[in-house]
Amino acid sequence: MDFSFTEEQTLLRNSVQKYLADNYSFEHFKKISRTEPGWSKDTWKQFAELGLLAAPLPEAYGGLGGGPVDVMVVMEEFGKALVVEPYAPTVVVGGGFFSRGGTDAQKEEWLNKIAAGETVLAFAFAEPQGRFNYADLTMTAKKSGANYVLNGLKVVVLGAPWADALIVTARTSGGQRDTKGVSVFVVDKKSKGITTRDYPTIDGLHASEVTFENVEVPATNLIGTADDGLKLIEHVTDEAIAAHASEAVGAMKVLLDATVEYSKTRKQFGVPIGKFQVLQHRMVDMFINYEQSSSITYMVTLKLGEGETERKKAASAAKVQIGKAGRFVGQQAVQIHGGMGMTDELNVGHYFKRLTMLDTLYGNVDHHLKRYAELG
Amino acid sequence: MDITYSPDEEKFRAEVKSFLSENLPKLGKTSRRDFETKDDFLGWHRILAKKGWAAPHWPTQYGGTGWNVTQRYIYNEESAKAEAPALLPFGLAMVGPVIYTYGNEEQKKKFLPKILSGEDWWCQGYSEPGAGSDLASLKTKAVREGDHYIVNGQKTWTTLAQFADWIFCLVRTDPNAKQQEGITFLLIDMKTPGITVKPIIVLDGAHEVNEVFFDNVKVPVENRVGEENKGWTYAKFLLVNERSGIAGVARSKKAIERLKEIGRAEMLDGKPLIETDEFSRKIAETEVELAALEFTELRTLARESKGQMAGPESSILKIKGTEIQQRLTELTLEAVGYYAYPYDRYFGDNEYPPGPDYASGQAGHYFNMRKVSIFGGSNEIQRGIIAKAVLGL
Repeated sequence: MDFSFTEEQTLLRNSVQKYLADNYSFEHFKKISRTEPGWSKDTWKQFAELGLLAAPLPEAYGGLGGGPVDVMVVMEEFGKALVVEPYAPTVVVGGGFFSRGGTDAQKEEWLNKIAAGETVLAFAFAEPQGRFNYADLTMTAKKSGANYVLNGLKVVVLGAPWADALIVTARTSGGQRDTKGVSVFVVDKKSKGITTRDYPTIDGLHASEVTFENVEVPATNLIGTADDGLKLIEHVTDEAIAAHASEAVGAMKVLLDATVEYSKTRKQFGVPIGKFQVLQHRMVDMFINYEQSSSITYMVTLKLGEGETERKKAASAAKVQIGKAGRFVGQQAVQIHGGMGMTDELNVGHYFKRLTMLDTLYGNVDHHLKRYAELG
Repeated sequence: MDITYSPDEEKFRAEVKSFLSENLPKLGKTSRRDFETKDDFLGWHRILAKKGWAAPHWPTQYGGTGWNVTQRYIYNEESAKAEAPALLPFGLAMVGPVIYTYGNEEQKKKFLPKILSGEDWWCQGYSEPGAGSDLASLKTKAVREGDHYIVNGQKTWTTLAQFADWIFCLVRTDPNAKQQEGITFLLIDMKTPGITVKPIIVLDGAHEVNEVFFDNVKVPVENRVGEENKGWTYAKFLLVNERSGIAGVARSKKAIERLKEIGRAEMLDGKPLIETDEFSRKIAETEVELAALEFTELRTLARESKGQMAGPESSILKIKGTEIQQRLTELTLEAVGYYAYPYDRYFGDNEYPPGPDYASGQAGHYFNMRKVSIFGGSNEIQRGIIAKAVLGL
């Protein structure tokens, strides 16, 4: 049993930490997320130079040959700094789809570009009626000669305003919720027939509503096997769940530390409020929630390579723990900060917002509790 | 013991209902956001003032309706059901009662009619950066100079001060007395030189609260309510009033109705969300808590109608009322799924954010409503009151 990081992983953490400490203050987050286009291309280039984008990708395609633990390290630090650049959509989801489902030619093209910071991807899977079911699709892809023709609407596509290409789920056969008949495509965002409506999200990111009207996509843009995409989607999103779990753990850590610190300095009734036992126990519960979340993030990260059922259970377990803990830690951080916790000026509310939205992303607590139970 | 309504009370309910259905449509709706400008807030207030219903709880000689406790309850219930805008509490529920209870005749004549009509907009100068839960530690000071007080200091979390004509303030007039014995209650004209209002943006992006700075602000002595150094008595009277309105049962009932509508519209695997066990049970749990709270409030009101003042147990209303309100915003946020993401303040007033109407602004509302367990005496303070004053701990 060993939970220690390798020398490379420690170096990776140090370099991310140093970069963010020097370049990604809370003021930077506010500024960058509130000025068009809402992210920084320069930052992305620097991520590439630091090897963050290449870290988990295979060496054969420009990567550094790391894996989920490298992602965990990077995302935890990103969570502490509220990073907005689309690391998870591009490297974890995009990289994941091509690594797991791509043809050699696709890997050659896309993984190299991702590792070098030459492309940004977004994952277009959500539909208004679909909630958290990846197979509940009204978007269709119909084969037509050497092409597929895509029609439909994808909503809240995170990072889409900055993306060069979208990874799109669509129904190629079967009924609206059939598990069979789901396919995944990579689609150039400049393709004819795509219209987007871009907007900021409540937690400082950006997203788009994307409409596809007779968008022609070469059949070579299919990722994985036609009609059999659902397994691939679940596999890749489980990896994304692990990545965002780590991001949430980073955010919780900041909230815990800030709250404990504040309670030592904020005086009411002549004493620091941290002297009140009711708040002490509350902060102990925040600490327990943080530790439990950190543990489950190790668990899911280390189990991503196991069999399908084990992996799915681990991902759903992480989602449940992180969703509940994120809510508790976020709400209590605001409560204990009092009015200050309600302000836009202080960082606390921003971490609370990020944590809250992370509960929704890839399915909330209810969804994953059910999925976990159904897995036996 | 009887929980049915008398024929007279049912007749009263019908009168309220017909007034609401006739007058609410007159408000119109100019944009998807209801409460941005001063007129948005005052529209319904003005209609009620014309009818003589702006301040049902005031004594009739100052413009109250003379309704008994049950009638007021019916009125509130029907107003919430009809989604009538809530009136701002600062004049009508807070300073008004302080003035008619402790003010002199001139003050009553000068201030009460304009509170009633909505002509004067009031804000509350209680909290300070160093005095939140521990309100009595406030430092804003007022020094008597002839027939004026000179006020220096800072108030914070001042709701909607950007629109205010007047602020009622707790100030320290005797720095040597015990904390609660050196405080005075002043009414200050916001146009007085030396007052600066600085916005505080809260985490849903709204400009709801402010910092208010006082730099040698001259306040005539005639604007002091009651006696010098006795302000804490009036402040406490006001806080108890603030607490009794805070349960918000009728509004939470409405919020449950809306949540159910959302639950019927949102789909999960082809079925309305509300038909799933997980979600319907969570709504049911909250409804049960609300049913209990409603009867806790009714029992409190019944005691009040027999002339007993609301006691410290009324802190229950604040604690449970706000917990339920927050739970409902949490469930609503959950219900709208991915459409919680769009930042609704980014979109123009007449532009609709992506997603169904019911989803827009729900995340912001959830974040914004975290304030209710903080303000008006935080829920920790309320529990402390019960521990001390009810349980004798």
